Amino acid sequence: MINFEKFELENGLKVIVHHDRSTQIVAVNLLYDVGARDENPDSTGFAHLFEHLMFGGSVHIPKYDTPLERAGGENNAFTNNDITNYYLTIPKQNLELAFWLESDRMLDLAFSEKSLEVQRNVVIEEFKQSYLNQPYGDVWLLLRPMAYKTHPYQWATIGKDISHIEKATMEDVRNFYQRFYNPNNAILTIAGDVETDQIKKLAEKWFGSIPSGNGYSRNIPKEPRQIEARQLSVQRNVPFDALYKAYHMCSRDDKQYHTTDLVSDILSNGDSSRLFNRLVKEKNMFSDIHAYITGDRDEGLFIFSGKLVKGVTMEEAEKAVQEEIQQITTKPVEIDELEKVKNKIESTLEFSEISVLNKAMNLSYSELLGDADLINQEKSLYTAVTREGIMETAKEIFREDNCSTLYYYAN
Amino acid sequence: MSNLNRNIQPDINLVDRISLVKPVFERMDNGIPVYLIDTAQQDLIKIEFMFSGGSWYETKKLIANFTNRMLKEGTPSMSSRDIADRIDYYGAHLETSSDKDMGYVSLYSLNKHLDKTLPVLAEIIQSPVFNQKELDTLKQNRKQHFLVNNEKVRYLAKRKFNELIFGKGHPYGKVFSSEDFDQISRNDLVSFHNQFYTAGNCKVIAAGKIPGNLLSLLNKYFGNFSGNVSQQPILPAIDMINPEDKKAHLVKKNAVQTAIRVGKVLFNKTHPDYVRLKVLNTILGGYFGSRLMSNIREDKGYTYGIGSAIVSLHHSGYFFITSEVGSDVAQDAIREIYHEIDHLRQEKVPQQELDLVKNYILGSFLRSNDGAFAQADNFKSLLEYGLDYTYFDHYIEIVKAINTGEILDLAQQYLDPESLRLLTVGQE
Repeated sequence: MINFEKFELENGLKVIVHHDRSTQIVAVNLLYDVGARDENPDSTGFAHLFEHLMFGGSVHIPKYDTPLERAGGENNAFTNNDITNYYLTIPKQNLELAFWLESDRMLDLAFSEKSLEVQRNVVIEEFKQSYLNQPYGDVWLLLRPMAYKTHPYQWATIGKDISHIEKATMEDVRNFYQRFYNPNNAILTIAGDVETDQIKKLAEKWFGSIPSGNGYSRNIPKEPRQIEARQLSVQRNVPFDALYKAYHMCSRDDKQYHTTDLVSDILSNGDSSRLFNRLVKEKNMFSDIHAYITGDRDEGLFIFSGKLVKGVTMEEAEKAVQEEIQQITTKPVEIDELEKVKNKIESTLEFSEISVLNKAMNLSYSELLGDADLINQEKSLYTAVTREGIMETAKEIFREDNCSTLYYYAN
Repeated sequence: MSNLNRNIQPDINLVDRISLVKPVFERMDNGIPVYLIDTAQQDLIKIEFMFSGGSWYETKKLIANFTNRMLKEGTPSMSSRDIADRIDYYGAHLETSSDKDMGYVSLYSLNKHLDKTLPVLAEIIQSPVFNQKELDTLKQNRKQHFLVNNEKVRYLAKRKFNELIFGKGHPYGKVFSSEDFDQISRNDLVSFHNQFYTAGNCKVIAAGKIPGNLLSLLNKYFGNFSGNVSQQPILPAIDMINPEDKKAHLVKKNAVQTAIRVGKVLFNKTHPDYVRLKVLNTILGGYFGSRLMSNIREDKGYTYGIGSAIVSLHHSGYFFITSEVGSDVAQDAIREIYHEIDHLRQEKVPQQELDLVKNYILGSFLRSNDGAFAQADNFKSLLEYGLDYTYFDHYIEIVKAINTGEILDLAQQYLDPESLRLLTVGQE
């Protein structure tokens, strides 16, 4: 159970406060409701490039990191298809500095042409390091456009193509900022040994005078139902063949979400899971194999991803995966097996409460989904999942004409 | 609110006091030392057994690692599947890991299930069977995993670098190859386990909410655990390196980035200059605002990241800088790395910069001790060297007291470019 209080400033900034007396560190999480799905198809990779630029100086602070480091703090950020999330931890006596820093870069940015130029290069190197210079690194660049024909999840956060990043201009960047980086598009969470009154005063003082933005009404095209199996074969310089299957699944706020998550746990969470035991240990066909969900806000993907043992053919490997799919769609899961994945969830939730930063992130994200208190309802939502639900959901997702299959062959 | 002056930065107060939960020392009836870190928060626990049984002690490559990995793969009363089922059913987690010096086995469990999960931990530590079929599967899969990693310039650099600084014949410099997987036999693992996974060679740290009956539970399940302190292998001479090998380049065709490593052998945390060097290292490459990041990423845009570290090992230690940079700018990046080193050797760091780094280090120290498991990890890093919490007091004092002149002296003494070795992995 994570206790919290929340309030909203006049400009629309939502603020959540969580008390944890056990730590001298305060976590500050600032979530902006903007991700790669909000990008224009001709300038992808922008939300992420922008995250880099948020460290390039704001109107009263030339360099974000320096004062924070001087205060013994540390920060980072990530961008995904749905959100851009900034977070920091700081010794509690210096908390006000975090308000000064975060409010200033919400108020206005002041980065230079050079800062844009350098961060374009840094992001291009990130692109190379994460996607091009890694074995199997381009899998998501291939899978997304197969699975999504209409929805912007068809491109990765890093962007469709390096050229999109290369041609980003100062004006593009300013427009993006004005559109999304506003108090009414953000959720601020403070977790640590703090008082709500103190946070109210600080929030009002530092964020209260930032004007609201125009408000952004999201109008993202829905991905039409997939009605044909899609396949792609590629050859790459990798040591082993790999198989990827991506099925469309429900959105994060759908009532089937928790059931879908448990389907993936039954298949692939832990050493006792089905895929590991049957396909890695017993049949010896994969050196590793995983099933997982993307869990995106809009309709996401249910992914199978496995590397084949040398000598096993792609046909045999795919057939073995299909047999597991057949099992879970036609036979009810054992009572103990369902109980096990529920127990694992309970334990994972419990362990995740050790860190104030984790709690701050989860509260912000739950608030984005509709209510910070959702974090406290997770356990009962998972507990309510039934054996019939597992089978029905699996049946609905694992239709072959709902699937994009990527055959990734070693040269 | 209208008269808020955003040009004035809120006051900063230094971290001056760090309260750590002092470990309570106990012994099991059979003499195994147990350290309890009770933070009395969530009703859960981590129990870690640590054995002096890392790759340093093996006489054949990969044996330490495989002995450790195979613990979970079956005991006389439980198959690997039984172990996994039981642990997963109770929402627990077993973690095995090993490094150059140590082998570790940890259990994470909710306290309410400890009576079901602790016996599993006890059994896998004391009576693994090293089943041949399980071993064959593990060998095959780890070998494939290794061959995939071998496609990554960063991984190649990490391996080759150890060889370059310690020398091929040194226990810290040896590198395994794909053939070494085929050479592992069940007997190797059985005898390594017998020699090193013994009660006399083991220490335990438990952290979280410590149940009142923990010691009696440990005595119950580890009561028959015995065995003496293992024999320490003879130390090889440290300098087995061909002095010509100051530089090396590994070719990875078609790589779009080049991995760079620069560094040298130093010493471990028991050396009087170790903490001071940590400060110097932080300035150079130990945080986001470091010299290397500011120049090579934030000014030049050559890389997504660059950093440096000093690493403590039980019998040695080393310093290294690491990055992956665009292949076309590799030479420029290397020039800038040496330029930053040179700069630290020529000029005192500005007082302001040193003050920032001191605050940053103290803040990091606070952060690294946040929560039961983090405190346990920090305590472990002392225990392995026979140190106690007074080391941390000493650490904080040194960081607070160090001055710009000392930093200059350290850079001149330890970062002589002539003493550094340079490795690159990338295109020809």
